[in-house]
Amino acid sequence: MDLTLLVDYGPALLRGFGVTILCWAAGCAIGLALGFALMLLGRTGLKPLRWAVRAYIEVIRGTPFLIQLFLLYSGGPVIGLRLEATTAGILGLGVYGSAYFAEIFRAGYQAVPKGQVEAALSLGMPYGGILRRVILPGMLVSTLPAIVNMMAILTKETVVLSIITVPELMYEMQTMAAETFATFETILGMALFYWLLVEAVSRLGRRAEARVTRFLTHSSNARA
Amino acid sequence: MPAMTETETKPRLDPAVPMVSVRGVGKSFGANVVLRDIDLTVNKSEVVCLIGPSGSGKSTLLRCINFLEVYDRGEIRIEGKLVGYTEAAPRRQLSNRELRDLRRNVGMVFQQFNLWPHMTALENVAEALIQVRGMDKAAAVAHARRMLDRVGLAEKADSYPARLSGGQQQRVAIARVIAMEPHLILFDEPTSALDPELVGEVLQVMRDLAADGMTMVVVTHEMGFAANVADKVAFLDRGRIAAFGPPREVFHESGEPRLKQFLQTYHERNSF
Repeated sequence: MDLTLLVDYGPALLRGFGVTILCWAAGCAIGLALGFALMLLGRTGLKPLRWAVRAYIEVIRGTPFLIQLFLLYSGGPVIGLRLEATTAGILGLGVYGSAYFAEIFRAGYQAVPKGQVEAALSLGMPYGGILRRVILPGMLVSTLPAIVNMMAILTKETVVLSIITVPELMYEMQTMAAETFATFETILGMALFYWLLVEAVSRLGRRAEARVTRFLTHSSNARA
Repeated sequence: MPAMTETETKPRLDPAVPMVSVRGVGKSFGANVVLRDIDLTVNKSEVVCLIGPSGSGKSTLLRCINFLEVYDRGEIRIEGKLVGYTEAAPRRQLSNRELRDLRRNVGMVFQQFNLWPHMTALENVAEALIQVRGMDKAAAVAHARRMLDRVGLAEKADSYPARLSGGQQQRVAIARVIAMEPHLILFDEPTSALDPELVGEVLQVMRDLAADGMTMVVVTHEMGFAANVADKVAFLDRGRIAAFGPPREVFHESGEPRLKQFLQTYHERNSF
């Protein structure tokens, strides 16, 4: 193994690392927000709207991310949508994630005990308040493991962005491999990096889970 | 929102208008008729208990009163105001938004307590004060503490529901309701989910409320409570009110065979 590679390519790899984190974080944020909105739209009384949401989710979940990304980046200009590679990458990741997040939220919404909502309704609480103060916290508890899991999956999907020339870590590493023929080091380094990233996300997720389920502890095993 | 004065939030004792008036109410779930032509009047400061075998429609009737359940025929009025529909014909069903004004004056206590598990006892009681009554947080918390004190749970203010016994949870649920100063409280089998030794503490809080003049409609299997606290008892059977009157009449003087049979099961269960 040639460690001078790290000196030469270190700055580029660090930049790539930054871009990967940025794309992942922004993609997750868009995915979560869009997914939540889709879930709410899917619950409205308007049938066409519900169908549209259903169709969106089925199409996104039924097609490979790579193809969606190509359609957005290369097909976008056909309908006048000209996006810079990184923007397209973030947007694509967000759209892809939103379909899965919407399904997670749908299950979470249904898992909130009906009685908790009825109690709020019977007190005269407005729907917005019930959503924010009763349903959302309940959803958070039941869906957090699935949300964290999806976010971990999305860290790995960021490698696909290299194909539309987003200068993220995969892209930088491929460049390094092509210029130095150090293929083995590159592949090993990449595997290690993504594993560390997923591990970090999982750990943060477990910590968040412990936090949001604190109130469920019974007196017998609760800390004073 | 108009500012609420003290006098407006207190139940006004205008005996001319009944607190609850149910006229010819019917309801079906598909082909299954659960309520048939129900008539019931609850006057102000009265305690009315609904008793009857399971599936007789008593919980459904109770839930129709605050429109958590939609009734199909007849009308229900609370303090003269039609519940769930527009006054003008053809009547249109009101949305949850339009029902809020009515519901803020009608409290409901559930069999399963239905506290919000992610909030402490105090937060459970304060939440609607902030959201519905528009109180600022400090005032809501102070008011909520007084209400918890009233149900004997001042020291549990900062406990989450999971750390409270069933009886304590139900008392918090009652505190959450009385904090809103409702004109009427609906109780849907408030002690049915409790261990026998915890029933008494909840019934005691309900007795205190009745003694304070609160109007209450109580679906219950606690015949002792119905006999001693209720002003009127309604016996429901297969979606009809089969007997109605003061507890003495209903429990001892009614010739209704289904009622006799129903009460017999209680006598048998409690004799050992």
